[in-house]
Amino acid sequence: MQFFYENYLSIILFAPLVGMGVLLFIPGENKNAIRWWGNIVLFGDFLLSLPLVFWFSTPDQSGTHEKLFRFVERHDWIPSIGAQYHLGIDGISFLLIMLTTVLGFISVLSSWTAIQDRVKEYYAMFLLLQVGMLGVFMSLDIFLFYVFWEVMLVPMYFIIGVWGGPRKLYAAIKFFLYTLAGSVLMLLGILALYFQYHTDKGVYTFNLIDLTSHASLWPLGLQLWVFAAFAIGFAIKVPMFPFHTWLPDAHVEAPTAGSVILAGVLLKMGTYGFIRFSLPLLPQASSDPRVVKVMVYISIIGIVYGALVSLMQRDMKKLIAYSSVSHLGFCTLGIFALNPHGLEGSVIQQINHGISTGALFLIVGLIYERRHTREIKEFGGLSNVMPIYATLFMIVMLSSVGLPLLNGFIGEFTILQGAFEANWHWAAWAVSGIVLGAAYMLWLYQRTMFGPCDNPKNQVLKDLNLREVMTLVPLIIGAFWIGLYPKPFFDVLQEPVQAIVQSVHPDFYKSQPQPAAAQIAAPSGGNSARAATVPAPKANTDKLAANLSAPWPAPKSLGPHGQQYSGAKH
Amino acid sequence: MGNVWTSFFRPLDYAALKPEILLTIFGLAVLLVDPLLFSDKKDKNWNAVFTLLGLGFAFLQLVLFIGKGFPGGLPYAAFEGRFTLDAFAVFLKLIIVLATMLVVLISGRYLEIEDAHFGEYYALLLFSAVGMMFMVSATDLIVLFLGLELMALCEYVLVGFLRGDRRSNEGAMKFFLLGAFSSGLLLYGMSLLYGISGSTKLSTISVSLTIRPASDPVSWVAMITLLAGLFFKIAAVPFHQWTPDAYEGAPTSITAFISVAPKVASFAILLRLLFTGMGPLHVQWQSLMIGVAIATMTLGNLAAVSSTNIKRFFGYSTIAHVGYLLLGVIAAADGNSTGLTAVVIYLLVYTFMNLGAFAVIILMRRQDLVGDQIDDLAGLMARAPGMAILMLIFLLSLAGIPPTAGFIGKYYIFLSLIQTGHYYLAVLGVAYAVVALYYYFRIVVAMFMQKAPDSVPLATSPGLTVALGVTLGFTLAIGIYPEPFILAAQNAILPFFS
Repeated sequence: MQFFYENYLSIILFAPLVGMGVLLFIPGENKNAIRWWGNIVLFGDFLLSLPLVFWFSTPDQSGTHEKLFRFVERHDWIPSIGAQYHLGIDGISFLLIMLTTVLGFISVLSSWTAIQDRVKEYYAMFLLLQVGMLGVFMSLDIFLFYVFWEVMLVPMYFIIGVWGGPRKLYAAIKFFLYTLAGSVLMLLGILALYFQYHTDKGVYTFNLIDLTSHASLWPLGLQLWVFAAFAIGFAIKVPMFPFHTWLPDAHVEAPTAGSVILAGVLLKMGTYGFIRFSLPLLPQASSDPRVVKVMVYISIIGIVYGALVSLMQRDMKKLIAYSSVSHLGFCTLGIFALNPHGLEGSVIQQINHGISTGALFLIVGLIYERRHTREIKEFGGLSNVMPIYATLFMIVMLSSVGLPLLNGFIGEFTILQGAFEANWHWAAWAVSGIVLGAAYMLWLYQRTMFGPCDNPKNQVLKDLNLREVMTLVPLIIGAFWIGLYPKPFFDVLQEPVQAIVQSVHPDFYKSQPQPAAAQIAAPSGGNSARAATVPAPKANTDKLAANLSAPWPAPKSLGPHGQQYSGAKH
Repeated sequence: MGNVWTSFFRPLDYAALKPEILLTIFGLAVLLVDPLLFSDKKDKNWNAVFTLLGLGFAFLQLVLFIGKGFPGGLPYAAFEGRFTLDAFAVFLKLIIVLATMLVVLISGRYLEIEDAHFGEYYALLLFSAVGMMFMVSATDLIVLFLGLELMALCEYVLVGFLRGDRRSNEGAMKFFLLGAFSSGLLLYGMSLLYGISGSTKLSTISVSLTIRPASDPVSWVAMITLLAGLFFKIAAVPFHQWTPDAYEGAPTSITAFISVAPKVASFAILLRLLFTGMGPLHVQWQSLMIGVAIATMTLGNLAAVSSTNIKRFFGYSTIAHVGYLLLGVIAAADGNSTGLTAVVIYLLVYTFMNLGAFAVIILMRRQDLVGDQIDDLAGLMARAPGMAILMLIFLLSLAGIPPTAGFIGKYYIFLSLIQTGHYYLAVLGVAYAVVALYYYFRIVVAMFMQKAPDSVPLATSPGLTVALGVTLGFTLAIGIYPEPFILAAQNAILPFFS
C-alpha cells in the first residue's frame, strides 16, 4: 500500500505513455486492434485514477503529504538548477485530474468510427496528450510543470493539423504559436521568481511549496511584472478576451475528440494556472486593485462578448466555441473575485464546462459524422427522427445553460455569489451572460431539434447506437451529480481554496464575523448556494474539520474552528 | 641555448598534443592508403572506416585526459602557455571529434551518389578537425590564427568538393573570398594587439590592456577588427552573407559539418579572445555585441521563414542559433558563469540536433533527385515514419520545445539573461523562439500533412543509421536528464574563472 501511495501519481501519469509504447508495435493495418488498445489504455487510466476518489476522502496515513498536497512524490531531477520531479495533488488538481481521465477516455471512444485514416498516429497522439495534461495538473515543480505544458502542445497540434477540417493547417499552427508565445513569456516570469528566491534565501528551487511560502515577501514591482508574464500565458490558454481568437479556429477545425479535449481539459490549464501559480505565488499583485480591475473587466467583456457572438453563429461548432469564451469568462471572474465562493465556484464551473461543453462537442460531432455539415440551417425537427439524441442533447444543453438541478447552475451561482460579495456591479454584468447563454443555447436547440423535419437528408438519419450513448452517459451522470449533490466537490475544494484566499487576503477570515466555523459553511447567511444544497452545514463542517486535523500538520491550536482557519499558515 | 632546447622539447607538451598528432597521422595516412589500397570505387568506404578509427583514437585519448587525468595536471599550459589543455578545451574537442565522426558516418552513401567519393575528402575533414582542435586550445594569437586557417582552408576545398556542380563552385568561391577578407581583418586586429602589448600571448595582452585607458582608440580599433573577423567565422550579422550560399552549394554532408564543428571552434576562440585576452574591455565589446546579437537573431529568424531550399533554410536557422549563442556571451560579459555554461551547453546541444536534422536531409539525395527543397520532405511520414519522427524530434529540439535538448540550451540562455538583468534581450529571445517554431514547422507540415511527390526510395546506409541513433540519443538524453551534461559544462568553463 505504501508503494502505491508513494508512486500512484506516476503510475497514472505514465500509464498512457507505456500504452503508447505498446501501440507502436501494433501493425498499422490492424485498425480495430489499435482502436481497442487505445480505448483500453485510456479506460484503464480512468480506472487507475478512481482509487484517488476513495483515498482522497480518507485521511492520509502514509505520510506522503506536504502542506495541502497529497500523494507527493519528490525526487531530484536536475539538481544543478534545482528542478525536481515533484508531483502532488490537492482538491483542485484532484478534480481536474478526474475530469481529464474521464474526458480522455470518452474522447477516444467517440473517435471509433470518425477516424478512418492514420489511426495509429491518432491514438498515439491522444495517449501522449493525456500524459501532458495529467502532468500539468500533477506537477508541484514549476520547471516540470512547464515541460508538461509544452509537451502537450505537440500532440494537440497534430490532432488539429492532421485530422482536422479544411483550414486545419492554419488553425493548428495558430493554436501552437499563440500558446507558445504565452508560455515562453511565462518561462521568463518563472525565472524571475527563481532568482528572486535565490537572492532572498540562497537556494535555487522551482518547488512550488517553497516558493509559495515565501511569496508574500516579494516586492510588488516584481510581482506585477511576473504577474503580467504569467497572465499573458494563462490568458491565452483560457482564452480570455482579447486573446481568444485562436479558439474558434482551433475548435472548428479540430476533429470532435480534439474539440472535446481542447474545451474540456486544455482550456482549464489556463484557469488552473491562475489558481495554482498566479494567486499563491504573486499574492500582492493578484490582489492589487488595478490588476483585479483589469482581470475582472476582461472576464466580463469575455462573458458578454462570447455570448453575443455565439448568438450570431451559423455553425454549431463555432457557436459552442464562442460559448466557451463566455463560460470561461465566468471562471476567471470567479478567480479574481478572490473570495472562497468565487474560487470554489470557478473550479466547479471548470469541471462543469468540461462536462457540458465536452458533451456539446460530442453532440455536434455525432451529427457531423452523419451529415458532414454543422450548418444550423441544414437541420430542423431532428427530435422526430432521433429521439434519444434529442433527449440527451436537451439535458446537455440545459446543463450548459445553468438550469437548477444540473451542474451549470451550481457553478455559475457560486461564482456570481462570490462576484457579488466582491462588487455587486460585476455580478450584475455577469448575469447578462447567463441570460444570453440561455438565449443562444435554447435558440440553437429550437432551430435544430424542433419544427418540421423537411430536409430529406435528415429524415433518414439513424439514432444513436450504444457506443455513442455510452460516450455521453458518464458526462450526464456527472452533470446530475454536481447539480443535485455538489457537497463532495465543495468539500475537497474547501481547504485549498482557503489556503489561496489566505495567501491573497491574509486577513480575509479574520475580518469575517465569528464564529468562523459556521461562516465557512454558510458565509453569507441564507443566500448561499451551498447552504441551499448542503443540508447540514454544521455537521458537515465538523466532520470535515475532523478529517482535516488528522492528515495535515496540526495547526498551532486545535480548538475552535475559527482559530484553525485563521491560524493556519499555508 | 640549452634553455631554449629544453623548453622546446618537453615531452609533456607533446603529450598534450596527442589527439591532434593522432588525427594528423591518420589524415596523412588516408592520403597514402587511398590510392594504394582503396583505389577501386567499391573500396572507398574503407577510407571512412580508417578515418573513424583515427577519430576514435583521438576521442579515446581525450576521454583519458579526463578519466585518468593528464600527467601534468589540468589545466596544462604547453609551449610556454601558447597551447592550453584545460577542461574547456577537452570538452569542446570532444564535441568536435564527435561531430566529425558523425559527419563521416553520414558522408559515405551521399558521396557515392554524388560520384565524389574520394579519399582526400576524409583527409581534409581530419585536417580541418585538427585545425579546430588547435583553435580550441589556443591561448596565443599565432597558434589561434594557424588553427583557424588550417580549418578554413580545408573547408574552402570541401565546400567546392563537387567539382562539376556550379553551385558548389560558387559557394566555395564566395566562402573563400569573404573568409580570406575576414582573416585579413582578424590579422589586422591581432597586429594592433601585438603592438599594444609586445606579445602574442593572450594573458600578456590582457595585462597591457588593463593598464591602458578605457577610451584608448588603439584598443578600440583592435577590438572592433578582431570582432569583425570573428563575426565572419561564426556568421553573425552583418558578416553573414556567405552563409546561405556556401550552405546551399556545399555537399550536404559538408553543410552539416560547417554548420556545427567550425561554430564550436570559432566560439571557443571568441570566448578565449574576449574573456582571456580582451577581458578588460568587456563593457565595450558587450555593448557592441548586443547590437550584433539582435541583428543576427532578427535576420536569421526572419529570413528562414521564407526560404524554400532546405540547405539555405538551415543556413539562416544557423544564423539564428548563433544569435542565441551571442546572447549567452553577452550575459557572460557581466562575469556570469551561467552565461558561459549556457554557451557551452548550447554548442553541445546544437551540434547533435543540427547534425541529426542533416542526417535526415541527406537521405533525400537519392538517384537523380537533388532533394534540397523543403518540398522534397513532403509525405515523409507515409514513406518512412521512423525518419519523419526522428526529424520531428530534431526540429522540436531546434525550436526549443521540451523535453528535447534544444530546450535545455535555450533555457540556459534565458536563465543567464534573466540573472544578469537583460530582460529585454530575454523577451526578444523568446519572441524569436516563437518565430522559429513557425518556420521549423513548415518542414513538419510538409512531412506529416502533405503527399509524397515521388516514390524513389531513401538513400539509407548503416553509417547513417548509427549517426541518427547517436544524435537522437543525445538530443533526448540531454533533454530528459540533462544533469550530467550540465555538470560537464560547468566543469568546462571553470578555467575562465581561475
